[in-house]
Amino acid sequence: MSLSRVNAIAPFQKKGAIAPPRKKLKVPRLFIFLCLSPWLFGIIFFTAYPMVSSFYQSFTKFNLIESPEWVGLDNFHRMFFEDDDFWKALKNTVWISAISIPLRICFAIFTAWVLTKPKRGSSIYRTIFFLPSMVPAVAGTMAFTYIFNPAYGPINKMLEAIGIKDPPFWFMDPKWSKWGLILLGLWGIGDTMIIFLAGLLDVPTSLYEAAELEGASGWQSFRYITLPLMTPVIFFSTVTGVIGSFQYFTQAYVASGQVNDYSHAMYFYATHIYFSAFRAYEMGYASALAWVLLVITLLCTLVILKTQKRWVHYPNGSLFK
Amino acid sequence: MSTYSPEKMREIDAQSRKARRSKRWNNFLHMVGNHSLLIALSAIFILPLYLVVVISLMSKGQAETRSLWPHPFVWHNYVDIFTAVPFLKWTLNTLFVSVMGTIGTVVSSVPPAYVLSRLQWKGRQTTFLVILSTMMLPGQVTMIPVYIIFSRLHWIPSFLPLIVPSFFASAFSIFLLRQFFTSIPDEISDAARIDGCSEFKLMMRIIVPLAKPAISAIALFSFLGSWNDFFGPLLYIVENENLWTLGIGLNAFQGIHHVDTNMMMTASALFMAPVIIIFFFSQKVFIEGVTLTGVKG
Repeated sequence: MSLSRVNAIAPFQKKGAIAPPRKKLKVPRLFIFLCLSPWLFGIIFFTAYPMVSSFYQSFTKFNLIESPEWVGLDNFHRMFFEDDDFWKALKNTVWISAISIPLRICFAIFTAWVLTKPKRGSSIYRTIFFLPSMVPAVAGTMAFTYIFNPAYGPINKMLEAIGIKDPPFWFMDPKWSKWGLILLGLWGIGDTMIIFLAGLLDVPTSLYEAAELEGASGWQSFRYITLPLMTPVIFFSTVTGVIGSFQYFTQAYVASGQVNDYSHAMYFYATHIYFSAFRAYEMGYASALAWVLLVITLLCTLVILKTQKRWVHYPNGSLFK
Repeated sequence: MSTYSPEKMREIDAQSRKARRSKRWNNFLHMVGNHSLLIALSAIFILPLYLVVVISLMSKGQAETRSLWPHPFVWHNYVDIFTAVPFLKWTLNTLFVSVMGTIGTVVSSVPPAYVLSRLQWKGRQTTFLVILSTMMLPGQVTMIPVYIIFSRLHWIPSFLPLIVPSFFASAFSIFLLRQFFTSIPDEISDAARIDGCSEFKLMMRIIVPLAKPAISAIALFSFLGSWNDFFGPLLYIVENENLWTLGIGLNAFQGIHHVDTNMMMTASALFMAPVIIIFFFSQKVFIEGVTLTGVKG
């Protein structure tokens, strides 16, 4: 049996037909409870309780040693009106999301589309395209900061060789360091690309054949067949992209450690939470930051959900409609 | 038919042959175009990996000259790295955390996925929606109280905070397994039940063996998730150097002064190697796993 028979967006789609009524079996309650118990324990102690607790802590001043002291909305007031780092981190995060999410989607569609072209040999290319997304984030980031180093990294030498006069200083230059991170992200496009590839291969070839008979150009059949059928995948990766980019941490942390990011160009929202909680030990303030993060991601997701009616085409209806 | 003279017939024949040939020529051009584009893209994807390996084989002096080929090859880097830093210890630590985490995830995720997909009961849909929404929940929201729990238990620094939570099932693994279990026909279970098979036996003896591809997918994802994890170790083991994993150790390189920059690439190459080897042997499982859930690990 193959895994690929079901797909990622299946849970968001209604089944076309209703399953025929099945004979009622006695429900083995104890068995169900025992099976769910590890998950139940996990969700109570590692999700539910922590959520309640961090919600409470976001209204307190708490440094781990003394017990939390209620301060009302002070943390939020401080965040919005006194904390420059918060705004810096938020601005950086919004900037990189606004650029890298669309760029990643376009690049993923492009690489996946290129992979569907050749009649044979595409699996070797697929392996190569997918490989970088497996590389540990720390190792990948170290490699990038090194090879993009303007003094001893070979990348700028190559850029000079192809005629680019003054290649950027990449991670060493606050104006360019985010582009370095974006390139690092595009290098690891593999997992997103695979989802698009599966989607592209699902498009019935009869549609393309019909379009060709009608005299549609390559671009037209991409624009009016491929793209509309890809919208559920685009929608899915936009949502996961937004959620992911507000938690973007490891690459930025490692890269800024490698190059001493004094100007905080690679200081993102998740970095700010980490530094507030585990360097400054301001647990209350960090919890408030985390809750604002949750609200921001929820709002973004809701906005994308609201717009999906206008541009997402589901072949058989959607759960979110 | 007879309206065409033999000359005319030959002419038509030649034309169609020409058309066929030009079509073949067109196809050939297309193929060349496609493959050149694919090869160019492959080169871009491979370039950073190539550079890491090449620099890892250079001497310190050469590594800072922007050269693209080691001269001479310093194979010794791959020996020296084990004495310059406790590289073996970092590797074993990472391996230990990853293996334990994988065992925990597999053992604890199969049963919930089973009851969510193979049995009808009240609250099943709600439970599944809760699992889906915890997948979307940003880790930062729960991070601090979880850290406090572990610190009250005096588990920091130790491997326990990295291993124990995986024994309480991961939402992602439940989701992947559930998707797969759902695709197994119900008739199989019905037949076994009629024969008097208990639910537990049915799960272990029939469904689990059928779901081997999905189970290997979650095992691989969780192994790689732990192997590549940086944030967890950063919170829980950074204080004790004996517990450092590869990620933490590698990130600390710049602070260790007797380690040269070329060695950094040697260590990176060694850190990447197992992942790349595993990937080559289990590509299919990976790619199908990503396709099934839409996310990686």
